Amino acid sequence: MAVSDLRKLGVKAPWQDLTEGMTIAGAGTSKGFKTGEWSSVKPEFVEEKCKQCLLCTPVCPDSCIPVTDGKRGAFDYEHCKGCGICVKACPFGAITMEGVK
Amino acid sequence: MGKRERLSGNEAVAIALRQINPDVFPAFPITPSTEIPQYFASFVANGQVDTEFITVESEHSSMSAAIGASAAGARALTATSSCGMAYMWEELYIAASNRLPLALALVNRALSGPININCDHSDSMGARDAGWIQIYAENNQEAYDNMVQAFRISEHRDVRLPIMICQDGFITSHAVENIELLEDADVKNFVGEYEPENYLLNPECPMAVGPYSITDYYMEAKRNQAEAMKHVEKVVLDVAKEFAALSGRSYGLFEAYRLEDAERAVVIIGSAAGTTKDAIDRLREKGEKVGLLKIRLFRPFPAEAIAEALKNVKAVAIMDRAEGYTNHGGPLGADVMAALFRARSSAYAVNYVYGLGGRDVRVEDMEGVFETLKQILESGDAGETYRYLGVRE
Repeated sequence: MAVSDLRKLGVKAPWQDLTEGMTIAGAGTSKGFKTGEWSSVKPEFVEEKCKQCLLCTPVCPDSCIPVTDGKRGAFDYEHCKGCGICVKACPFGAITMEGVK
Repeated sequence: MGKRERLSGNEAVAIALRQINPDVFPAFPITPSTEIPQYFASFVANGQVDTEFITVESEHSSMSAAIGASAAGARALTATSSCGMAYMWEELYIAASNRLPLALALVNRALSGPININCDHSDSMGARDAGWIQIYAENNQEAYDNMVQAFRISEHRDVRLPIMICQDGFITSHAVENIELLEDADVKNFVGEYEPENYLLNPECPMAVGPYSITDYYMEAKRNQAEAMKHVEKVVLDVAKEFAALSGRSYGLFEAYRLEDAERAVVIIGSAAGTTKDAIDRLREKGEKVGLLKIRLFRPFPAEAIAEALKNVKAVAIMDRAEGYTNHGGPLGADVMAALFRARSSAYAVNYVYGLGGRDVRVEDMEGVFETLKQILESGDAGETYRYLGVRE
């Protein structure tokens, strides 16, 4: 079985190019689907307040808080949908977002 | 060689399923289809099949479980009737749009209300636009034969659509008839192993089934699905040809009975076709040119072939065992009349609603329909084209 060719499945694809039953074959294909544009408001990372406790990372539903060598990095805004859960999880006020306290 | 037996339609279908030995059979009981999973459960208990038999809490779940199993790569099916099918409504569309080749043994029963457990076609007729293949049987033998052919049609690589194998509640499901069964090994060989190309439990290639389709995709997805339906007629005929070589019993998209030189014809689905054949035989003895077109494949609808078969008929009565509430007749009437119109037919056509909720239809009733067609031809006036047969008034 072949992995689905996502390049053929853009929004201009004719019906003939769609996969049978709209299935998507292959792992990790959601990385190529930039859902970040769904939201108008995004969380901001205030690095100087961050203690690197990493409580924010596991609560992100879209895995948008990358961790390298035990330290979190910048938000992945290409996939962050602005749900604000990380703002609530941070004990140090190191994440802020319009409309979330 | 086949084995002669006497079986109810439900038992015959259950035996076909034992011979097919599917991977997964989720079931919830509802009259009059209950016996199918009931017989099958005894095959499971006796170790005659390897099937995972799942007793679920509703038809919403039985079809959901069949969908999940099919997406995972299993050959799956379930059975139901009437309100049980109504409760799977959402899943029927999902099975079809996900292009899952699973089967439903449907025993036709009236939908509520008023509540009624007897035969009519309102359940499957309501689901005619769900994207399923629908095949109907006149008698127990046909119900068995259609079940044996079901997965070959459904799983064909040009099709990959769910299939509904329908028979008339109580009339064939519970009546015992003489029947010829195929040998177990012949059915196993005919149906073959199910080897899906894509399936969820394939560790080599994970996949997503049923992803959300926004407006940019939904319409193309439905058009793509419609293309698969276009391949069904050919596959049904190819499978029937192979089945005839095995069983000696021939099937087509429909059966034409004494239709060749007929001036008047009835178009009908299901067990009342047998009643109509008796009426035709009586009338033929008197020299009347009458015939029958019995629908086997209703979805997709073989409109061109039906119009061609009816091209020399001067008057036709289309019989619906379901209301359409269009004020013009039922679903079969609409489809046949549209087929005749597209073929520029000049035949008179009337549409009868009959047999609702198990209302008996007798040979004399069908003789009366042919008599009405005769009067229409003599008077040159079809009159009211939306009629009821066998209703007190």
